[in-house]
Amino acid sequence: MLSIGMALTAGSLSIAPADIVAGLLGHDVTGADIVIELRLPRALAGFACGGLLALAGALMQVLLRNPLADPYVLGISGGAGVGAMFGMLLGLSVFGVDSLAFAGAFGAMLLVFGLAHGDGSWTQTRLLLTGVIVAAGCGALVALMLSIADESKLRGMLFWLMGDLGQAGQWWPALLALVAVLLLALPFARELNLLSRGLMQAQALGVSVTRLRYVIYLLASLATAASVTTAGSIGFVGLVIPHLVRLATGNDQRLLLPASVLAGGSLLVIADTLARTLIAPQQLPVGVLTALIGVPVFLFLLSRQPK
Amino acid sequence: MTPPLLETRQLRVDIGGRTVVDKLDLRLATGECLAILGRNGAGKSTLLSTLAGLRPPAAGTVLLGGNDVAALPPRQAALRRAWLGQFQSDPFGSTVLETALTGRHPHLGRYDWESPRDAELARDALRAVHLDNMEHRAVHTLSGGERQRLAIATLLTQAAPLYLLDEPLAHLDLNHQMAVLELFRGAARNDGAAVIMVLHDPALAHRFCDRALLVFGDGRTENATVDGILTAKTLSELYGYGLRQIDDGKYRCFVPV
Repeated sequence: MLSIGMALTAGSLSIAPADIVAGLLGHDVTGADIVIELRLPRALAGFACGGLLALAGALMQVLLRNPLADPYVLGISGGAGVGAMFGMLLGLSVFGVDSLAFAGAFGAMLLVFGLAHGDGSWTQTRLLLTGVIVAAGCGALVALMLSIADESKLRGMLFWLMGDLGQAGQWWPALLALVAVLLLALPFARELNLLSRGLMQAQALGVSVTRLRYVIYLLASLATAASVTTAGSIGFVGLVIPHLVRLATGNDQRLLLPASVLAGGSLLVIADTLARTLIAPQQLPVGVLTALIGVPVFLFLLSRQPK
Repeated sequence: MTPPLLETRQLRVDIGGRTVVDKLDLRLATGECLAILGRNGAGKSTLLSTLAGLRPPAAGTVLLGGNDVAALPPRQAALRRAWLGQFQSDPFGSTVLETALTGRHPHLGRYDWESPRDAELARDALRAVHLDNMEHRAVHTLSGGERQRLAIATLLTQAAPLYLLDEPLAHLDLNHQMAVLELFRGAARNDGAAVIMVLHDPALAHRFCDRALLVFGDGRTENATVDGILTAKTLSELYGYGLRQIDDGKYRCFVPV
């Protein structure tokens, strides 16, 4: 809440807090449309994307039983990147780019799943390797499209790749996805606790491991796809937030998942507010700021907790 | 008549296309302790996880309490048997009490949280393996033997009538080896449980179990009372190394020649 309030207050044009509240309540005051039409949707989109990324990261870390997993490790953002770059290359509208990005993310998700599941073994290592390979392939395609793109389109493409809420078309699909994924994931939270201790161990304690892993893969992928489609690939939220929250709440997924959503959403809203105010009226891509905050924090955590 | 806790019919177990156990018919009733012995790689652990329903048999059926384990929902299976694996891992870290509480999972509904009574059961289990006063320790700070005892406590918390133990004595010092064996034999004798354990010490198997199943690794198995089957002759053949039997009252011990 605080972070959203801050996001509403800060901006190139300074508006008094009282006017913001009045504007939100529907009174006609100066700057009300700036708050309602620009800042509020952007803050909501930011919160939703941050929450989705943190949630997807927490789920992926359990699915792969790897503390270094993040939402992008399985190539979903790579697929979205390819779709979005292709859309921009063709000069499509925002909606067209978003649609292609989502199609790319979905395609990458199916590709990784199909390849990793091909012989039915569906192990963590196989899944991880397939995802990394698909991500690398997507990276090459993105680089290819960047190198043949017009100068005029290049800036927009780079911003998309670095993660940028300024191009967010609509805020409600991401927020809807966040609520849906969180509500669908929470009933499985205790089973996730067991899954993180090993497949056989979880199965011995009465978890339908195969079904659970399908569900988690699907939910994490959809969360990532929704976020990437809305705001491009914003790094480090999905990796760092679950670890930060784990330090505070422990590894009980029943607390970890909702807390990650709150923390991830707040971090992204704050980072985005900084991104558009630090050198206003110039805007920075928010992904740069989350990474700048995320890298030192993560290195600190890694050195503190040798595994 | 109640069905046996565990029954196998013409069970076959394969590892990588090689048959290690074939045509195994086994029945285990309440109160019984069975030891599984065999060389490394003979298929003891694979057999045990097949009995637990954690991997499908190559042929034949495994029945838990009269029901085919392949058709049993995982949660129902978890209420009928508890399985101790050889490896425990927890890449994200948790406390001793949290780990012991995972054993309550099959007893809880989807939206339930562990109740004070569950915590009490977990504390009882920790006390039984001498891990009391450690409940807030992080698992990764425990020694190998302490972790093994924690895994056993988790099993006790699960409170299933059939215990399937894969090398329960791994990493344990002598006094905890005896304590753990006493504990499970007591569960069988007094609480109506049944125990199957993979052991490497024929003397302890003879002392604590009623029957022994020898797994030769080529499909052959032999299953009889410990007095009848744990002899220098059969064990020498099983391990491929000459053994001499020394009897000391009711205990039996084996030394390599």
